[in-house]
Amino acid sequence: MNPKWRLWLGGVLAVAVIAAALYFPALRRQVYRAKTITEKTAEQARRELLPIAPATSGEPMVKAKMFWGSTDGDATLVPVTVELPLSNDPTLRAKEILNTLLAGPVDPEARTLPPDAALLAFYILPNGTAVADFSEALANSIPSGIQSEQLAVDSITRTLEANVPQVQRLKILIHGQEADTLAGHLDLTQTFQVNMNGAATQAPTRSGLSVLTAPVQKAYEKVKRATKRQ
Amino acid sequence: MKLVSAVLLGVVLCAQAQTPSSPQTPQSTSPPGTPTSPAAPPLALGQAPSVGLNIVVLDPAHGGADLGARGTEGIRESEVVLEFADAVRRALEAQGFQVIQTRQGNENPSFDDRSARANAQRGAVFVSLHIASTGLAGTVRTYVMPEASAVRDPSGLIPWDQAQAPFTTLSHKLGDMVQAELAQRFKGSPPTAQEAPIRQLRTTAAPAIAVEISSVSVENRTDLDRMVPGVADAIAHGVTAFRPSYVVPAMPGTPLVTRP
Repeated sequence: MNPKWRLWLGGVLAVAVIAAALYFPALRRQVYRAKTITEKTAEQARRELLPIAPATSGEPMVKAKMFWGSTDGDATLVPVTVELPLSNDPTLRAKEILNTLLAGPVDPEARTLPPDAALLAFYILPNGTAVADFSEALANSIPSGIQSEQLAVDSITRTLEANVPQVQRLKILIHGQEADTLAGHLDLTQTFQVNMNGAATQAPTRSGLSVLTAPVQKAYEKVKRATKRQ
Repeated sequence: MKLVSAVLLGVVLCAQAQTPSSPQTPQSTSPPGTPTSPAAPPLALGQAPSVGLNIVVLDPAHGGADLGARGTEGIRESEVVLEFADAVRRALEAQGFQVIQTRQGNENPSFDDRSARANAQRGAVFVSLHIASTGLAGTVRTYVMPEASAVRDPSGLIPWDQAQAPFTTLSHKLGDMVQAELAQRFKGSPPTAQEAPIRQLRTTAAPAIAVEISSVSVENRTDLDRMVPGVADAIAHGVTAFRPSYVVPAMPGTPLVTRP
């Protein structure tokens, strides 16, 4: 190798060393940032794997009333009007409404449901009883207590009542199964009254699915099978 | 299956309650780790004459691996409720009540085991103690099951999983009386009891309330400690005020008598 090429090679190496020295702090910052990113929870991963609800972007924008918590800390619900592209189909509409409720308000203080909870399935039976299957995060991440659990269920039932009149009662499942309680207090073996007009047709049931109507039992089995397939 | 067996247990329990047998002395506080089975022998309705309220079953919620609500400074609901329960027990005993606790240490009896402690007594009320994760600090709320029509099978027995249904009116009365006392002592607390479908209360065949104190999120544990005497005093006075309203009938099958 002649001296001229040696000089060129030395110059290139010197530039590479300088470039590496300049890039090193940026690389360190990137590694540090990557370390601080919160690990995805199992629920978040599950939500990404779940089929996305049918898009309704073609639907007209409708004013929907969502019931989130008050920011005063007094554990009351406050109606908030939001514009959403809502389907006319009651099941799709209820899914969109509940997913918006789960996504949460602008102010995270007003949340009533855990941010990592997901709606896994939703059905409305001909008798007006709806079955909503939520991920385990709804039970695991909600603050423990009678007040906080009741606020969570009230926000679901009142939001459904305001936006999906076809739903008269609501049965809540956790990961495809009937749960004894939401987080140790509120009884989930019963159905919750949503639309009071439905009270005359069927009183809320206080015991388990074994004494619910046959259609509820069928829907329960359907949700269970769907959950197993996933 | 679990539900069916629970219902059957309830039927068996009620069937035993309808069968005259030797009178049973009310249980005193049991040592820790000896939860009562849901099928524990009940008292015979036909043996003793009418009895009034003389027993309070006190239920410090959670326990064992179930810590309940967890807050700042490592506050655990399962521990704090024991402290409240001790004070409430002393206040009730000072009013002449016999107190049975569902747990005294760090055990976690099942919902049914806790209910069975009350269901095996005559003339008892059930008070479940909780500390909330939420709510304005320094406030207290009393909860009762929503009103429901009592379900009886043709033999007149009450299913175990709906044991609270015949008692909801009395539970509301007890809840309102206790909450009125709490509201006087803790500013910002609601004036009357609130309704909530609470699992623990559903299987309890007695006037039953849940008292929830806010909260484990207080800045300092001493803020909760300061509430202990007031909560104990309020519950004891509320239960005492309720005493004349509750008389258990002497004859089997006779409905409960509510004095005006």
